[in-house]
Amino acid sequence: MDAQLLSNLWTATLETIYMVSVSSLLAAVFGLPLGLLLVITGARGFLPNPSVNQGLGWVSNGVRSLPFIILLVAILPLTRLIVGTTIGSTAALVPLTLSAVPFFARVAETALLEVDPGLVEAAEAMGCSHWDIVRKVLIPESRPALVLGLTLMVISLVGNSAMAGVVGGGGLGDLAIRYGFQRFDTRVMVYTVVILIALVQLIQWLGDSVAYRLRRTGNVAPSPGWTNPLTRLRKT
Amino acid sequence: MIVAGQDITALSGSDLRRARQQMGMIFQHFNLLSSRTAAENIAMPLEVMGYSRLRIKARVAELLSLVELEGKGDSYPAQLSGGQKQWVGIARALAADPKVLLSDESTSALDPQTTQSILALLKDLNQKIGLTILLITHDMGVVKRICDRVAILEQGKVIERGRVADLAAQPHSRLAQDFFPRLTGYQPRPDALLVTVAFRGEVANEPFIATLVQRFNIKANILNGAIETIGGQPVGQFQIELAGPDRYVALDYLTQLNLAVEVQDGRTAAEQFVDSNP
Repeated sequence: MDAQLLSNLWTATLETIYMVSVSSLLAAVFGLPLGLLLVITGARGFLPNPSVNQGLGWVSNGVRSLPFIILLVAILPLTRLIVGTTIGSTAALVPLTLSAVPFFARVAETALLEVDPGLVEAAEAMGCSHWDIVRKVLIPESRPALVLGLTLMVISLVGNSAMAGVVGGGGLGDLAIRYGFQRFDTRVMVYTVVILIALVQLIQWLGDSVAYRLRRTGNVAPSPGWTNPLTRLRKT
Repeated sequence: MIVAGQDITALSGSDLRRARQQMGMIFQHFNLLSSRTAAENIAMPLEVMGYSRLRIKARVAELLSLVELEGKGDSYPAQLSGGQKQWVGIARALAADPKVLLSDESTSALDPQTTQSILALLKDLNQKIGLTILLITHDMGVVKRICDRVAILEQGKVIERGRVADLAAQPHSRLAQDFFPRLTGYQPRPDALLVTVAFRGEVANEPFIATLVQRFNIKANILNGAIETIGGQPVGQFQIELAGPDRYVALDYLTQLNLAVEVQDGRTAAEQFVDSNP
């Protein structure tokens, strides 16, 4: 492998990691409160509000129904407004984050709805305020599911970031298209695909093991057929 | 609904939350947070009330020893048995020194031994620190064991209420019928009466069956009977078949003794009519 190729792969990997990690962080920061709002204003929530709930639902579905490549170019003016440029990895952060926020909001909503209503009842009986219920019951109790949802979102962002080449964002996907596909350089194609697979495996493994640790099952078997990825790794 | 002199149905917002902090609640399915250890679960109502960390720690240790779970404070609910989880639930409910404890089917999902020990603790709390306990259950054994007063609900309506011992001593009451199962489908012989006698307290010490036999020359056949100690006094019910010519005189004697009596005559209505109109 020559030095030029190695340097290209290294730069592209760092660009992908940069785009995915920053947009994941932002999407989690904005998506979780939205997911909470969806649960709280929902029919079973403690502040039911059909118009807010449905409005949020419409917006979230609207953004999610746009193919990412279209979202990427459609919001270029917004991108310029926020980061001051429409090209480069940083410019790609805006559409990546925007696509992931409604995705994570829905995933968080599902995770939060899984919390046993009996726990909310118990908290209310203790005299907890709504805010107490959110931070002491809903979020801690749904942490394992939230982490798994976050993992799902990060992996989908890895996929979306491959399209960042359209706005000059670089990354592994861009490298594969320009060198592997357009220049018929099969080696580049193979290497990028291998790196992408390894990256996704690593993210999933991390997500699984964090969620397992948060599940607080102690020495009780969590579910049939489930083994902690950490112990699985140790055995091999 | 008035609790500790306060109409709680009229409260809302922070007033209602403060009122709820004065009440403890335990549940059929424990409702412990799986993300918190036993000690952290017990600490939760104290956190909500704004206790300092130091006070919480001391109070939690006290409660853990009250429910005999010292050393289990760092266990997560998934590592505890059903009974232990309910002990944690009780400790959590008692954490903020409530005036009232609500128990919503709290022993329905537990084995008989754990149920007994939980009921013993509840009774103890009631007698020693005067804690009022509102116990919701469908297990009449629980009512018999620890309750002073009872209200029976059917389809959302109170159909019977009063002191447990009073109701148990009235054979026609719904509670008595649940406490003392009756013979079903027994037909007394034509020359006999099937009498259901219920009694309590001192009357229970009256040897009335011996009197029936000696004074009225009755052949008394005990078919069914039980005596329970309810609310500190013996309460019982017998089903006796009385045979003999003087059986109606004997029945009058039982009624005068103030033993609540229900009678089923062995003769048909037509035979009774013929006998009383010679």
